[in-house]
Amino acid sequence: MNRQNSSEKSANYTARNIWSGILFGLGIVAFIDETVFHQLLNWHHFYDRSTTTAGLFSDGLFHAFSWFATIAGLFLFADLRRREKFRRYKWWGGILLGGGIFQLYDGIIQHKIMRIHQIRYVDNIIFYDIIWNVIAILLIILGITLIRKRGNKKYASSSA
Amino acid sequence: MHHQVHNNVFGIGSQVILMMPFLAGVLIYLLAIFYSYHKQRKWSIFRSICWVTGSLIAILAVIGPLAEQAHNNFTIHMLVHLFLGMLAPLLMVLAAPMTLFLRALSVKQAKRLTRLLRSMPFRVITDPTVASILNIGGLWILYTTNLFALMHEHLFIYLFIHVHIFLAGYVFTLSMIYIDPTPHRTSYIYRSIILILSLAGHGILAKFIYANPPAGVAATEAEKGSLLMYYSGDAVDIVIIFVLCLQWYRETRPNTYPFATQKGIYLLF
Repeated sequence: MNRQNSSEKSANYTARNIWSGILFGLGIVAFIDETVFHQLLNWHHFYDRSTTTAGLFSDGLFHAFSWFATIAGLFLFADLRRREKFRRYKWWGGILLGGGIFQLYDGIIQHKIMRIHQIRYVDNIIFYDIIWNVIAILLIILGITLIRKRGNKKYASSSA
Repeated sequence: MHHQVHNNVFGIGSQVILMMPFLAGVLIYLLAIFYSYHKQRKWSIFRSICWVTGSLIAILAVIGPLAEQAHNNFTIHMLVHLFLGMLAPLLMVLAAPMTLFLRALSVKQAKRLTRLLRSMPFRVITDPTVASILNIGGLWILYTTNLFALMHEHLFIYLFIHVHIFLAGYVFTLSMIYIDPTPHRTSYIYRSIILILSLAGHGILAKFIYANPPAGVAATEAEKGSLLMYYSGDAVDIVIIFVLCLQWYRETRPNTYPFATQKGIYLLF
Protein backbone atom coordinates (compact mmCIF):
# COMPACT_ATOMS: atom_id res chain seq x y z
CA MET A 1 0.00 0.00 0.00
CA ASN A 2 2.85 2.30 0.79
CA ARG A 3 4.76 1.36 -2.36
CA GLN A 4 3.62 4.40 -4.28
CA ASN A 5 4.75 6.60 -1.46
CA SER A 6 8.21 5.13 -1.03
CA SER A 7 8.92 5.08 -4.75
CA GLU A 8 8.05 8.73 -4.95
CA LYS A 9 11.11 10.92 -4.96
CA SER A 10 12.29 10.54 -1.38
CA ALA A 11 11.82 14.22 -0.89
CA ASN A 12 13.65 15.84 1.90
CA TYR A 13 11.05 16.96 4.37
CA THR A 14 13.55 18.39 6.84
CA ALA A 15 13.09 21.88 5.45
CA ARG A 16 9.32 21.57 5.57
CA ASN A 17 9.52 20.52 9.25
CA ILE A 18 11.66 23.51 10.12
CA TRP A 19 9.53 25.92 8.08
CA SER A 20 6.32 24.64 9.58
CA GLY A 21 7.84 25.29 13.01
CA ILE A 22 9.21 28.72 12.11
CA LEU A 23 5.86 29.90 10.72
CA PHE A 24 3.88 28.59 13.65
CA GLY A 25 6.44 29.88 16.18
CA LEU A 26 6.34 33.34 14.64
CA GLY A 27 2.56 33.20 14.77
CA ILE A 28 2.51 32.17 18.44
CA VAL A 29 4.84 34.98 19.50
CA ALA A 30 2.78 37.52 17.53
CA PHE A 31 -0.34 36.10 19.15
CA ILE A 32 1.13 36.38 22.67
CA ASP A 33 2.26 39.91 21.84
CA GLU A 34 -1.25 40.88 20.79
CA THR A 35 -3.27 39.15 23.52
CA VAL A 36 -0.95 39.56 26.53
CA PHE A 37 0.89 42.84 25.90
CA HIS A 38 -1.74 44.74 23.90
CA GLN A 39 -5.06 43.49 25.24
CA LEU A 40 -4.55 42.03 28.73
CA LEU A 41 -1.72 44.09 30.22
CA ASN A 42 -2.31 47.16 28.06
CA TRP A 43 1.44 47.78 28.06
CA HIS A 44 1.76 48.13 24.29
CA HIS A 45 -0.12 50.92 22.59
CA PHE A 46 -2.13 50.40 19.41
CA TYR A 47 -0.54 53.48 17.91
CA ASP A 48 2.35 55.60 19.13
CA ARG A 49 2.69 59.14 17.74
CA SER A 50 6.43 58.64 17.28
CA THR A 51 5.92 55.74 14.85
CA THR A 52 7.94 56.22 11.66
CA THR A 53 6.38 55.56 8.27
CA ALA A 54 8.64 52.54 7.91
CA GLY A 55 7.38 51.38 11.29
CA LEU A 56 3.77 51.64 10.16
CA PHE A 57 4.50 49.50 7.11
CA SER A 58 6.66 47.00 8.98
CA ASP A 59 4.02 46.56 11.66
CA GLY A 60 1.26 46.10 9.09
CA LEU A 61 3.24 43.56 7.09
CA PHE A 62 4.35 41.55 10.11
CA HIS A 63 0.89 41.58 11.62
CA ALA A 64 -0.60 40.27 8.38
CA PHE A 65 2.17 37.74 7.87
CA SER A 66 1.94 36.39 11.43
CA TRP A 67 -1.80 35.92 11.02
CA PHE A 68 -1.21 33.90 7.86
CA ALA A 69 1.82 32.05 9.29
CA THR A 70 -0.07 30.70 12.29
CA ILE A 71 -2.63 28.98 10.10
CA ALA A 72 -0.28 27.96 7.28
CA GLY A 73 2.22 26.55 9.83
CA LEU A 74 -0.45 24.30 11.31
CA PHE A 75 -1.59 23.07 7.89
CA LEU A 76 2.04 22.24 7.04
CA PHE A 77 2.20 20.35 10.34
CA ALA A 78 -0.94 18.38 9.41
CA ASP A 79 0.60 17.68 6.00
CA LEU A 80 3.80 16.29 7.58
CA ARG A 81 1.76 14.09 9.90
CA ARG A 82 -0.31 12.55 7.12
CA ARG A 83 2.84 11.89 5.11
CA GLU A 84 4.45 10.40 8.22
CA LYS A 85 7.34 12.79 7.78
CA PHE A 86 6.97 14.70 11.03
CA ARG A 87 10.26 15.19 12.88
CA ARG A 88 9.82 16.38 16.41
CA TYR A 89 13.11 18.17 17.10
CA LYS A 90 13.22 19.93 13.75
CA TRP A 91 9.68 21.18 14.25
CA TRP A 92 10.09 22.32 17.85
CA GLY A 93 13.44 23.85 16.96
CA GLY A 94 11.70 25.76 14.18
CA ILE A 95 9.07 27.02 16.63
CA LEU A 96 11.71 28.45 19.00
CA LEU A 97 13.75 29.85 16.12
CA GLY A 98 10.78 31.52 14.42
CA GLY A 99 9.45 32.90 17.69
CA GLY A 100 12.89 34.17 18.71
CA ILE A 101 13.59 35.86 15.38
CA PHE A 102 10.28 37.67 15.44
CA GLN A 103 10.72 38.73 19.06
CA LEU A 104 14.22 40.04 18.35
CA TYR A 105 13.01 41.93 15.26
CA ASP A 106 10.12 43.35 17.27
CA GLY A 107 12.35 44.24 20.21
CA ILE A 108 15.22 45.89 18.30
CA ILE A 109 13.94 47.10 14.94
CA GLN A 110 10.25 47.78 15.59
CA HIS A 111 10.38 49.05 19.19
CA LYS A 112 13.70 50.87 19.18
CA ILE A 113 14.47 51.95 15.62
CA MET A 114 11.00 52.33 14.08
CA ARG A 115 9.45 53.31 17.42
CA ILE A 116 6.04 51.75 16.69
CA HIS A 117 5.48 51.52 20.46
CA GLN A 118 7.45 50.75 23.61
CA ILE A 119 7.16 47.58 25.68
CA ARG A 120 5.73 49.58 28.55
CA TYR A 121 5.33 53.29 29.13
CA VAL A 122 7.43 53.63 32.31
CA ASP A 123 10.84 54.91 33.40
CA ASN A 124 13.80 52.58 33.04
CA ILE A 125 12.32 51.04 29.91
CA ILE A 126 15.85 49.77 29.25
CA PHE A 127 15.35 46.87 31.67
CA TYR A 128 12.25 45.75 29.83
CA ASP A 129 14.16 46.01 26.54
CA ILE A 130 17.06 43.94 27.86
CA ILE A 131 14.84 41.16 29.23
CA TRP A 132 12.76 41.14 26.03
CA ASN A 133 15.74 40.81 23.71
CA VAL A 134 17.74 38.41 25.88
CA ILE A 135 14.75 36.05 25.89
CA ALA A 136 14.60 36.40 22.10
CA ILE A 137 18.29 35.48 21.74
CA LEU A 138 17.89 32.52 24.10
CA LEU A 139 14.95 31.26 22.03
CA ILE A 140 17.04 31.50 18.86
CA ILE A 141 20.01 29.65 20.40
CA LEU A 142 17.76 26.93 21.83
CA GLY A 143 15.96 26.61 18.49
CA ILE A 144 19.17 26.17 16.52
CA THR A 145 20.44 23.64 19.09
CA LEU A 146 17.29 21.56 18.75
CA ILE A 147 17.37 21.66 14.95
CA ARG A 148 21.01 20.50 14.93
CA LYS A 149 20.39 17.81 17.52
CA ARG A 150 21.48 14.31 16.55
CA GLY A 151 19.38 11.19 16.83
CA ASN A 152 16.87 13.18 14.91
CA LYS A 153 17.05 11.26 11.68
CA LYS A 154 14.03 9.06 12.01
CA TYR A 155 10.56 10.28 11.31
CA ALA A 156 8.55 10.25 14.49
CA SER A 157 5.89 7.73 13.58
CA SER A 158 7.28 5.67 10.69
CA SER A 159 10.14 3.91 12.46
CA ALA A 160 8.80 0.36 11.93
CA MET B 1 -22.86 70.92 13.86
CA HIS B 2 -20.98 69.81 10.86
CA HIS B 3 -22.50 66.40 11.29
CA GLN B 4 -26.12 67.46 11.47
CA VAL B 5 -25.91 68.71 7.91
CA HIS B 6 -25.22 65.22 6.65
CA ASN B 7 -28.02 63.59 8.52
CA ASN B 8 -30.38 61.79 6.15
CA VAL B 9 -29.14 63.91 3.33
CA PHE B 10 -30.19 61.40 0.68
CA GLY B 11 -33.38 60.10 2.30
CA ILE B 12 -34.92 56.66 1.91
CA GLY B 13 -34.67 56.62 -1.90
CA SER B 14 -30.93 55.94 -2.00
CA GLN B 15 -31.32 53.23 0.63
CA VAL B 16 -33.95 51.42 -1.44
CA ILE B 17 -31.82 51.66 -4.59
CA LEU B 18 -28.93 49.96 -2.80
CA MET B 19 -31.16 47.33 -1.21
CA MET B 20 -32.94 46.18 -4.40
CA PRO B 21 -30.05 44.20 -5.98
CA PHE B 22 -29.59 42.16 -2.79
CA LEU B 23 -33.30 41.48 -2.51
CA ALA B 24 -33.36 40.44 -6.17
CA GLY B 25 -30.30 38.27 -5.51
CA VAL B 26 -32.11 36.34 -2.76
CA LEU B 27 -35.14 35.78 -5.00
CA ILE B 28 -33.02 34.61 -7.93
CA TYR B 29 -31.01 32.28 -5.68
CA LEU B 30 -34.19 30.75 -4.21
CA LEU B 31 -35.66 30.40 -7.70
CA ALA B 32 -32.48 28.66 -8.86
CA ILE B 33 -32.74 26.21 -5.95
CA PHE B 34 -36.30 25.47 -7.06
CA TYR B 35 -35.18 24.79 -10.66
CA SER B 36 -32.28 22.70 -9.43
CA TYR B 37 -34.63 20.51 -7.38
CA HIS B 38 -36.92 20.34 -10.39
CA LYS B 39 -34.03 18.63 -12.22
CA GLN B 40 -33.66 16.21 -9.28
CA ARG B 41 -30.49 17.90 -8.12
CA LYS B 42 -30.27 18.74 -4.46
CA TRP B 43 -28.63 21.86 -3.15
CA SER B 44 -26.69 22.39 0.07
CA ILE B 45 -28.65 23.89 2.92
CA PHE B 46 -25.41 25.44 4.27
CA ARG B 47 -24.81 27.33 1.06
CA SER B 48 -28.40 28.53 0.98
CA ILE B 49 -28.06 29.83 4.55
CA CYS B 50 -24.82 31.58 3.57
CA TRP B 51 -26.46 33.37 0.65
CA VAL B 52 -29.49 34.51 2.61
CA THR B 53 -27.44 35.58 5.65
CA GLY B 54 -24.89 37.37 3.47
CA SER B 55 -27.64 39.21 1.62
CA LEU B 56 -29.37 40.19 4.86
CA ILE B 57 -26.10 41.53 6.28
CA ALA B 58 -25.61 43.60 3.12
CA ILE B 59 -29.19 44.87 3.31
CA LEU B 60 -28.68 45.76 6.98
CA ALA B 61 -25.69 47.84 5.88
CA VAL B 62 -27.47 49.83 3.18
CA ILE B 63 -30.96 50.43 4.60
CA GLY B 64 -32.35 51.26 8.02
CA PRO B 65 -30.83 52.62 11.24
CA LEU B 66 -27.24 51.49 10.56
CA ALA B 67 -27.15 53.12 7.13
CA GLU B 68 -28.57 56.35 8.56
CA GLN B 69 -26.22 56.52 11.55
CA ALA B 70 -23.25 55.76 9.29
CA HIS B 71 -23.56 59.31 7.95
CA ASN B 72 -22.56 60.94 11.21
CA ASN B 73 -20.98 58.17 13.28
CA PHE B 74 -17.61 56.99 11.97
CA THR B 75 -17.61 53.75 13.98
CA ILE B 76 -21.00 52.80 12.52
CA HIS B 77 -19.65 53.81 9.12
CA MET B 78 -16.84 51.28 9.60
CA LEU B 79 -19.28 48.63 10.74
CA VAL B 80 -21.33 49.22 7.59
CA HIS B 81 -18.20 48.82 5.48
CA LEU B 82 -17.25 45.64 7.35
CA PHE B 83 -20.71 44.22 6.61
CA LEU B 84 -20.93 45.37 3.01
CA GLY B 85 -17.32 44.95 1.91
CA MET B 86 -16.11 41.91 3.84
CA LEU B 87 -18.68 39.80 5.68
CA ALA B 88 -21.48 39.80 3.10
CA PRO B 89 -19.08 39.09 0.20
CA LEU B 90 -17.41 36.22 2.09
CA LEU B 91 -20.74 34.55 2.92
CA MET B 92 -22.01 35.06 -0.62
CA VAL B 93 -18.86 33.57 -2.16
CA LEU B 94 -19.24 30.54 0.14
CA ALA B 95 -22.80 30.20 -1.17
CA ALA B 96 -21.38 29.17 -4.59
CA PRO B 97 -24.01 31.04 -6.66
CA MET B 98 -22.43 30.22 -10.05
CA THR B 99 -22.47 26.50 -9.33
CA LEU B 100 -26.13 26.74 -8.46
CA PHE B 101 -27.01 28.84 -11.52
CA LEU B 102 -25.17 26.45 -13.84
CA ARG B 103 -27.31 23.63 -12.46
CA ALA B 104 -30.54 25.55 -12.75
CA LEU B 105 -29.99 26.86 -16.28
CA SER B 106 -30.52 24.94 -19.49
CA VAL B 107 -27.39 23.54 -21.14
CA LYS B 108 -27.37 26.28 -23.74
CA GLN B 109 -27.73 29.07 -21.20
CA ALA B 110 -25.15 27.46 -18.92
CA LYS B 111 -22.66 27.36 -21.79
CA ARG B 112 -23.22 31.02 -22.43
CA LEU B 113 -22.61 31.80 -18.76
CA THR B 114 -19.40 29.75 -18.73
CA ARG B 115 -18.17 31.53 -21.84
CA LEU B 116 -18.73 34.84 -20.09
CA LEU B 117 -16.80 33.68 -17.02
CA ARG B 118 -13.92 32.55 -19.24
CA SER B 119 -13.70 35.87 -21.05
CA MET B 120 -10.73 38.18 -20.86
CA PRO B 121 -12.31 40.90 -18.68
CA PHE B 122 -13.17 38.30 -16.05
CA ARG B 123 -9.67 36.93 -16.20
CA VAL B 124 -8.19 40.38 -15.58
CA ILE B 125 -10.56 41.40 -12.83
CA THR B 126 -10.30 38.12 -10.91
CA ASP B 127 -6.52 38.20 -10.84
CA PRO B 128 -5.59 38.51 -7.14
CA THR B 129 -3.41 41.56 -7.73
CA VAL B 130 -6.03 43.46 -9.74
CA ALA B 131 -8.79 42.47 -7.31
CA SER B 132 -6.65 43.57 -4.34
CA ILE B 133 -5.83 46.94 -5.88
CA LEU B 134 -9.52 47.53 -6.64
CA ASN B 135 -10.42 46.55 -3.09
CA ILE B 136 -7.67 47.92 -0.81
CA GLY B 137 -6.56 50.65 -3.24
CA GLY B 138 -10.15 51.89 -3.37
CA LEU B 139 -10.21 52.14 0.42
CA TRP B 140 -6.96 54.13 0.46
CA ILE B 141 -8.39 56.61 -2.05
CA LEU B 142 -11.62 56.90 -0.09
CA TYR B 143 -10.00 57.66 3.27
CA THR B 144 -6.91 59.61 2.29
CA THR B 145 -8.48 62.04 -0.21
CA ASN B 146 -11.50 64.31 0.10
CA LEU B 147 -13.60 61.61 -1.55
CA PHE B 148 -14.87 60.68 1.92
CA ALA B 149 -16.31 64.17 2.40
CA LEU B 150 -17.68 64.29 -1.15
CA MET B 151 -19.42 60.94 -0.61
CA HIS B 152 -21.70 62.50 1.97
CA GLU B 153 -22.67 65.37 -0.30
CA HIS B 154 -23.26 63.82 -3.72
CA LEU B 155 -25.77 61.04 -4.13
CA PHE B 156 -24.11 59.58 -7.20
CA ILE B 157 -20.72 59.29 -5.49
CA TYR B 158 -22.40 57.78 -2.45
CA LEU B 159 -24.11 55.11 -4.56
CA PHE B 160 -21.01 54.43 -6.66
CA ILE B 161 -18.79 53.93 -3.59
CA HIS B 162 -21.20 51.57 -1.89
CA VAL B 163 -21.67 49.46 -5.00
CA HIS B 164 -17.90 49.44 -5.47
CA ILE B 165 -17.22 48.40 -1.86
CA PHE B 166 -19.45 45.36 -2.19
CA LEU B 167 -18.32 44.30 -5.68
CA ALA B 168 -14.63 44.85 -4.89
CA GLY B 169 -15.00 42.80 -1.69
CA TYR B 170 -16.78 40.04 -3.58
CA VAL B 171 -14.26 39.83 -6.44
CA PHE B 172 -11.39 39.99 -3.95
CA THR B 173 -12.78 37.04 -1.98
CA LEU B 174 -13.38 34.89 -5.05
CA SER B 175 -9.93 35.70 -6.41
CA MET B 176 -8.46 34.15 -3.23
CA ILE B 177 -10.61 31.08 -2.56
CA TYR B 178 -12.09 28.85 -5.24
CA ILE B 179 -15.59 27.82 -4.26
CA ASP B 180 -17.31 28.27 -7.63
CA PRO B 181 -15.95 27.00 -10.97
CA THR B 182 -12.87 29.18 -11.55
CA PRO B 183 -11.53 29.13 -15.12
CA HIS B 184 -8.56 31.40 -14.42
CA ARG B 185 -6.68 29.82 -11.52
CA THR B 186 -3.50 31.11 -9.96
CA SER B 187 -1.04 29.29 -7.70
CA TYR B 188 -1.39 29.01 -3.93
CA ILE B 189 1.87 30.78 -3.28
CA TYR B 190 0.88 33.74 -5.48
CA ARG B 191 -2.51 34.06 -3.81
CA SER B 192 -0.93 33.73 -0.35
CA ILE B 193 1.55 36.54 -0.99
CA ILE B 194 -1.10 38.89 -2.42
CA LEU B 195 -3.46 38.03 0.43
CA ILE B 196 -0.79 38.91 3.02
CA LEU B 197 -0.01 42.18 1.21
CA SER B 198 -3.71 43.08 1.03
CA LEU B 199 -4.24 42.29 4.69
CA ALA B 200 -1.20 44.45 5.47
CA GLY B 201 -2.54 47.27 3.27
CA HIS B 202 -5.82 47.10 5.18
CA GLY B 203 -4.13 47.16 8.61
CA ILE B 204 -1.74 49.97 7.66
CA LEU B 205 -4.68 52.05 6.40
CA ALA B 206 -6.54 51.43 9.67
CA LYS B 207 -3.60 52.75 11.70
CA PHE B 208 -3.13 55.62 9.25
CA ILE B 209 -6.76 56.65 9.87
CA TYR B 210 -6.08 56.45 13.64
CA ALA B 211 -3.38 59.07 13.26
CA ASN B 212 -4.91 61.07 10.37
CA PRO B 213 -8.71 61.28 10.66
CA PRO B 214 -10.57 61.85 7.37
CA ALA B 215 -11.99 65.37 6.92
CA GLY B 216 -14.99 66.00 9.17
CA VAL B 217 -14.24 63.10 11.53
CA ALA B 218 -13.24 63.87 15.13
CA ALA B 219 -10.01 62.33 16.42
CA THR B 220 -11.72 60.14 19.04
CA GLU B 221 -14.22 58.94 16.43
CA ALA B 222 -11.41 58.09 14.01
CA GLU B 223 -9.60 56.13 16.73
CA LYS B 224 -12.63 53.98 17.50
CA GLY B 225 -13.36 53.42 13.82
CA SER B 226 -9.73 52.55 13.18
CA LEU B 227 -9.67 49.91 15.93
CA LEU B 228 -12.85 48.34 14.57
CA MET B 229 -11.44 48.34 11.04
CA TYR B 230 -8.13 46.82 12.14
CA TYR B 231 -9.47 43.97 14.26
CA SER B 232 -12.61 43.10 12.33
CA GLY B 233 -10.52 42.96 9.16
CA ASP B 234 -8.40 40.32 10.89
CA ALA B 235 -11.48 38.39 11.95
CA VAL B 236 -12.86 38.07 8.42
CA ASP B 237 -9.47 37.51 6.79
CA ILE B 238 -8.71 34.60 9.11
CA VAL B 239 -11.58 32.71 7.46
CA ILE B 240 -10.21 33.43 3.97
CA ILE B 241 -6.72 32.32 5.07
CA PHE B 242 -8.16 29.16 6.62
CA VAL B 243 -10.12 28.23 3.49
CA LEU B 244 -7.12 28.94 1.24
CA CYS B 245 -4.89 26.67 3.37
CA LEU B 246 -7.57 23.99 3.62
CA GLN B 247 -7.93 23.91 -0.17
CA TRP B 248 -4.15 23.54 -0.49
CA TYR B 249 -4.21 20.73 2.08
CA ARG B 250 -6.87 18.82 0.16
CA GLU B 251 -5.27 19.33 -3.23
CA THR B 252 -1.80 18.15 -2.14
CA ARG B 253 -3.16 14.98 -0.57
CA PRO B 254 -0.64 12.11 -1.07
CA ASN B 255 -1.92 9.25 -3.26
CA THR B 256 -1.93 6.77 -0.42
CA TYR B 257 -3.77 9.00 1.96
CA PRO B 258 -7.49 8.18 2.17
CA PHE B 259 -10.08 10.71 1.15
CA ALA B 260 -11.50 12.40 4.18
CA THR B 261 -15.26 12.35 3.97
CA GLN B 262 -16.36 15.92 3.98
CA LYS B 263 -19.22 16.42 6.34
CA GLY B 264 -21.38 19.23 7.60
CA ILE B 265 -19.88 22.66 7.52
CA TYR B 266 -16.69 21.45 5.77
CA LEU B 267 -18.72 20.84 2.63
CA LEU B 268 -18.81 24.60 2.30
CA PHE B 269 -15.13 24.96 1.60
